Amino acid sequence: MLDGFSAETLARVQFAFTVSFHIIFPAFSIGLASYLAVLNALWLKTRDETYLKLFTYWKKIFAVAFGMGVVSGIVMSYQFGTNWSVFSDKTGPILGPLMAYEVLSAFFLEAGFLGIMLFGRERVGDKLHMFATAMVAFGTLMSATWILSVNSWMQTPAGYAVNDVGQFIPENWWEIVFNPSFPYRLVHMTLAAYLTTAFVVGAVGALHLLRDRSDKEARRMFSMAMWMAVVVAPIQIVAGDLHGLNTLEYQPAKVMAMEGHYDSYPDGAPLILFGIPNAEEKRIDYAIEIPKLSSLILKHDLNAPLDGLDTIPDEDEPPVGIVFWSFRIMIAIGMGMLVIGAWSLWRRVRGKLYEDKWLQRAVLLMGPSGFVAVLAGWITTEVGRQPFTVYGVMRTSESLAPVAAPAVAASLTAFIIVYFFVFGAGTFYILRMMNMRADTKKLGLRDGPIRTAGITPAQQCNDLQTQPGQ
Amino acid sequence: MILDLPFIWAGIIAFAVLVYVILDGFDLGVGILFPFVKKDIDRDVMMNSVAPVWDGNETWLVLGGGGLFAVFPLAYAVVMPALYMPIILMLLALVFRGVAFEYRWRTKRWKGVWDIAFFGGSVMAAFMQGIALGALVQGIEMSDRAYGGGWWDWLTYFSLITGLAVVFGYALLGSTWLVMKTSDDLNSRMRRYSVRLAVITLGFIGLASLLTPFQDPVYFERWFAFPGVFVSVAMPALVLVAAFLLFRGLWDDKDVQPFFAALALFLLCFIGIGISFYPNIVPPSLSIWEAAAPDSSLQFALVGTVILVPMILGYTAYAYWVFRGKVDPSEGYH
Ligand code: HDD
Ligand code: HEM
Ligand code: HEM
Repeated sequence: MLDGFSAETLARVQFAFTVSFHIIFPAFSIGLASYLAVLNALWLKTRDETYLKLFTYWKKIFAVAFGMGVVSGIVMSYQFGTNWSVFSDKTGPILGPLMAYEVLSAFFLEAGFLGIMLFGRERVGDKLHMFATAMVAFGTLMSATWILSVNSWMQTPAGYAVNDVGQFIPENWWEIVFNPSFPYRLVHMTLAAYLTTAFVVGAVGALHLLRDRSDKEARRMFSMAMWMAVVVAPIQIVAGDLHGLNTLEYQPAKVMAMEGHYDSYPDGAPLILFGIPNAEEKRIDYAIEIPKLSSLILKHDLNAPLDGLDTIPDEDEPPVGIVFWSFRIMIAIGMGMLVIGAWSLWRRVRGKLYEDKWLQRAVLLMGPSGFVAVLAGWITTEVGRQPFTVYGVMRTSESLAPVAAPAVAASLTAFIIVYFFVFGAGTFYILRMMNMRADTKKLGLRDGPIRTAGITPAQQCNDLQTQPGQ
Repeated sequence: MILDLPFIWAGIIAFAVLVYVILDGFDLGVGILFPFVKKDIDRDVMMNSVAPVWDGNETWLVLGGGGLFAVFPLAYAVVMPALYMPIILMLLALVFRGVAFEYRWRTKRWKGVWDIAFFGGSVMAAFMQGIALGALVQGIEMSDRAYGGGWWDWLTYFSLITGLAVVFGYALLGSTWLVMKTSDDLNSRMRRYSVRLAVITLGFIGLASLLTPFQDPVYFERWFAFPGVFVSVAMPALVLVAAFLLFRGLWDDKDVQPFFAALALFLLCFIGIGISFYPNIVPPSLSIWEAAAPDSSLQFALVGTVILVPMILGYTAYAYWVFRGKVDPSEGYH
């Protein structure tokens, strides 16, 4: 099935596939861990049972998502070596310590306190349990910090020298960690995780509100999620804009691809809203554009000249089509989130937040949008960086491990089958839990009255007998 | 430089790998024993005995890999492609067993599927780790800062033996762990299994120890020439002591002693492997110093390690303490 592809292509597809699966889970667990910490704190403060029920409910969903994040993440950390060993040898002295810090300061923290957070409230008491919950949340944020520093260094390398065997060696750790694009990426990604989670939580709330408007837990989570949308969506747009300006400074070719600017515009570049990139002719077909707006956004001046891809040597150009589209998908979703936030605020002020069925339907529909935006954003970032792994310095084609194409083809096939099977099942379980009301006592299906198709009552009795207490 | 940073780091990485082997060893071992226990309630107990800690245990594997990438990037870059298949299979196996911890509580119809995933994933991961170990001991071919062999080189009779050895060894760790963590029926069953597994494991240790010196003349010299020969005599003696404590503990109905005796066996084997390897990090020819990253990387990483690893050990120990004692079959949050 995969004959005829080079080992390089296969390794790239494998990396893109596994990392795209991986990022879905962190995007959700970073936001959810913080949400859980907030819920638990509110429960301890107000002793309002609704918060406790929400905490217990989302905790179980978190456990499944987190498990998937962990196993897909372990794959990532070994894949640098198996598929990109030359890259590992060359960048190891710089990226390795950053990743080691991630393990030491983030992964251990999450993993060490996760057990207590999930199973330990009775054993350690409220205070320590709260501490453990906060540590898990803090760990996910630390993890994002370090790994984004790693990725940002590959986008905008700084603080390094090259030694005689071609390795990047550290000159200034401060400049390496806080490389030019890192602050922007960290803010943008963290907000993305919060938004993603907010829309998932909001969608679950909306689902249950549509079924029963008086569902107390559903009202609470819907309201909390809509506050997040109101506050964070506009900040995210500003952060994204600043991120783009930073990219224009350090990776202009990427911005050219995002904007679809094949040609230079000496006196004011248009903003191309839509169109079809034509890679052969190097132009955008059927473009719908607003004159001079791109110059206004990027240079804050209607008539500022903007260079296009015609100034970049062909062999250094990123693929335009993918970047152009994925960027627009992200922006459209960002705008959609803004609209939802504004809509909910308006209904809230009117006192109709829990009554507006159309708002709830819209939020339900937007439930998965955060994941789409996160993937679209990463695809913009990563494909836009091509053909380099370390921007401007090391090419993707020079990064590959000496592995044979059949070996990579076999492992890629295995990853595809296993990931769809395993993570498909996990997603199904998560959706099934979300489908239950938050005050359901046990979300595990081996108890309780839930009867899914194909399970006979007799079988269920058997299960109950062998499962006392579960 | 007064401090020999690569040497210190080799010690730290070895420590991380050892902690990994010990911790994830019993946790994979519990998975290996899964099909030999039929009652659902017993399986629940087995799984719950490791559920709060498995993620932390596996993080040591990430530290082993990540640490290698950080401080010995060349070793990482050579070993990973050399062991491409076993590593990928191990990762896939860990995917299956990792998700099983949550999934099997979330479904009735497919519970059997995730029980098999838990067992199969554990066996496969253990077997592949053993194979990787064997392939490393046999040596890895290099050409010009890269792996120079083929993609089946890891598969030999010796690596198959070490693979099996690790599967049985982990099962022993798992069964003695369960002796410590369970009561009644399950406890006595695990005691019986432990005896058999201990015999098999000792057999494999003996076999591997006999074969290792013949994998590379350097090993032979190290073990049979002066002063290594002292260690060669001392090691088997210590192994016998550990084995004695293990059997005694099992027969005398001790709950904790067997587990720690089994850990001691692993520790001794680990030291033995260390003696064979040193001063190489990738036998037969890549030394610790050749593979090391520049001092500035080692220093930067060391500062954090010295501060953070004791903290990690502290709160890991705390988590174990919180979940100490026998597992209560009715506990759990599902
Ligand atoms: C912005 C956030 C982010 C990004 C871009 C990545 N990760 Fe990740 N990763 C996390 C955020 C995260 C997390 C939130 O911290 C996870 C998710 C679930 C978990 O256990 O921690 C995690 C888990 C996780 C684990 C398992 C940790 C454990 O054992 O507990 C590993 C080894 C990695 N990741 C490695 C990587 C690598 C090599 C990446 C780059 C290609 C990567 N992650 C991208
Ligand atoms: C987590 C979200 C991420 C996603 C969805 C993502 C996506 C992608 C995609 C789609 C590619 C393939 C690009 C192409 O071949 O055209 C790629 C390549 C790559 N990415 Fe990322 N990436 C992510 C994060 C990271 C991070 C955090 C790192 C660094 C630690 C990283 C390192 C790389 C490397 C080394 C490649 C090399 C292969 C290549 O350039 O083709 N990525 N990524
Ligand atoms: C409409 C407002 C938005 C703007 C102007 C914007 C802008 C950008 C830009 C310019 C990049 C590429 C940066 C680079 O590679 O150099 C980017 C990346 C990204 N975006 Fe957005 N974005 C917006 C909304 C969103 C939303 C709503 C999400 C998710 C919920 C999101 C998630 C991401 C992610 C995950 C990345 C990749 C990581 C990174 O480079 O920061 N973005 N965004």
